[in-house]
Amino acid sequence: MRLALDIFTIVMVSLGGLFFLAGTVGLLRFPDTLTRLHALTEADNLGLGLVVLGLLAQTSWPLGALKLIALWLLALLSGAVVAQFLGAAVRPADWRTDDVSGPREDGR
Amino acid sequence: MSVGLISDVVLILLVLSLAVWITIARTAYRAVVGFVAYGLLMTLLWVRLAALDVAMTEAALGSGLTGILLFAAAARLAPFEAAERARAPAPALRLLIGLLCTLVAAGLAAVVLWLPEPAPTLAPLVAEHLPPTGLRNPVTGVLLAHRAIDTLLESMVLLPALIGVWSVAADADWSGRPGSLPRPPASDALTLLARILPPFGVLVAIHLVWIGADEPGGKFQAAAVLAAMWVLVMMAGLQQPPAVVSRGWRGLLVVGASLFIAIGIAGIWLADAFLAYPKGLAKPLIIAIEVALTGSVAVALALLLSGPPTRAHRCEAGR
Repeated sequence: MRLALDIFTIVMVSLGGLFFLAGTVGLLRFPDTLTRLHALTEADNLGLGLVVLGLLAQTSWPLGALKLIALWLLALLSGAVVAQFLGAAVRPADWRTDDVSGPREDGR
Repeated sequence: MSVGLISDVVLILLVLSLAVWITIARTAYRAVVGFVAYGLLMTLLWVRLAALDVAMTEAALGSGLTGILLFAAAARLAPFEAAERARAPAPALRLLIGLLCTLVAAGLAAVVLWLPEPAPTLAPLVAEHLPPTGLRNPVTGVLLAHRAIDTLLESMVLLPALIGVWSVAADADWSGRPGSLPRPPASDALTLLARILPPFGVLVAIHLVWIGADEPGGKFQAAAVLAAMWVLVMMAGLQQPPAVVSRGWRGLLVVGASLFIAIGIAGIWLADAFLAYPKGLAKPLIIAIEVALTGSVAVALALLLSGPPTRAHRCEAGR
C-alpha cells in the first residue's frame, strides 16, 4: 500500500513538474502577453493541481490534506484574478468585452 | 553531491545574479520587480536553513509589504528619473562606491567564515529556559520573554514611521483620507477577489497568531496578512481608507504597545523586573500581548501603505 502511494506521488508530482516546465517554456517562447499568460495559468492551475494531488497521498487526513487543497484553490483564485488584470492591461483598445467576436472580425 | 546541495547552490546563484540585476536595473520600477522576486528567493533560502519564522516574515514583510511601498515610491519618482540619471556621479566615483561596497561585503563574509567552530550560540540557553514560559516555539519565547524589550521597541517603531508618512501631508489635507493606494479601474475580478479572499485571510491570520506559541508563526506575519486583506478591500473600492484624525483608529494603533508596556510595568511589582511575567501567568499574558499587537501592527501596516492624507474632494473624485 505504502509503495503504491509513493509511486502515485512520484508520478503525479512529476506530471505536475512537466506542466510547470511546459508553462515556463511557453512563457519564454510565446509571442505576446496574452498567449504567455495562457502558458502561465496552465502551469499554475494544472501543474500545481497535480503536485497537490500527488502530495495528498503523503499527508495526514483531514487537516494536512485540506490545507493542501485550500492552497491550490487559493492559487487558482489569485492566478485567475491576476490573469484578468494583466489581460485587461494589455488588451488593445478595439477589443470590447460585450462583443466577443469583435477582435477577429477586425482582422487582428 | 546530494539533491539538496545542488538545489541550494542553484538558489544561491539565482539570488546573487538577481542581486546584481537589481543593482544594474535601468529604472527603479525594474529594480523593485527584481527586489520582490529576490525576497521570494530569500524566503526559500530561509526555509532551507530551517528558519521558518524568518522565512514567513521575509515573504510577508520583506518581499510583499516593502515591495508595495517601493512600487508606490518608484511610481512617484518615475517622472524625475531621467533627470536624476543625467546627474549620476562620474564613473570614477561609481567605481569607488562599488569597491567600498565590495569591501564591506567581503568583510562581512570573512567574519562569518572565520567564526570559531562550533559557532557561539545562545540556543541551548534558550531551550533550557523555555519551559517556564509555557511556549514551545523558541522564536516566540525569545521575542516575547527573553528579549521582550526588543520586541516592544520593534512594535513601537512602526508608530514613528507612520507619523513620518503622515507628516508630509499639507495642512489643508489633514482631515482628508489617505490617498496613496492605487485605485485600478473597477473590474469584476478585483471585486470578486476582495470579497472572497478576506475571510480566508482573517482565518489564516488567527491561525498564525494562535500557533505562534508552539510553531512558526506569530503576530508580525499575522498582522501582515490582515493588513494585506484590508488593503485589498480598500483598493477594490469596497471600503475607503479611514481618516487619520479618527480617534478610534488611532486608539487601535497604540493599544498593542500600551498593553505590552502596562503588563511590563506590572511585572516590576508582580515579578520583580520590568517586562517579567508572574509565574504561571506567562503564557496567557504573552498570548494577550500577541493578539493586541497583531491588531495594532495590522492597522499600522495598512495605514503605512495607504500613505499621507489627501484632500477630501480629490479622494471622492477618484470614485
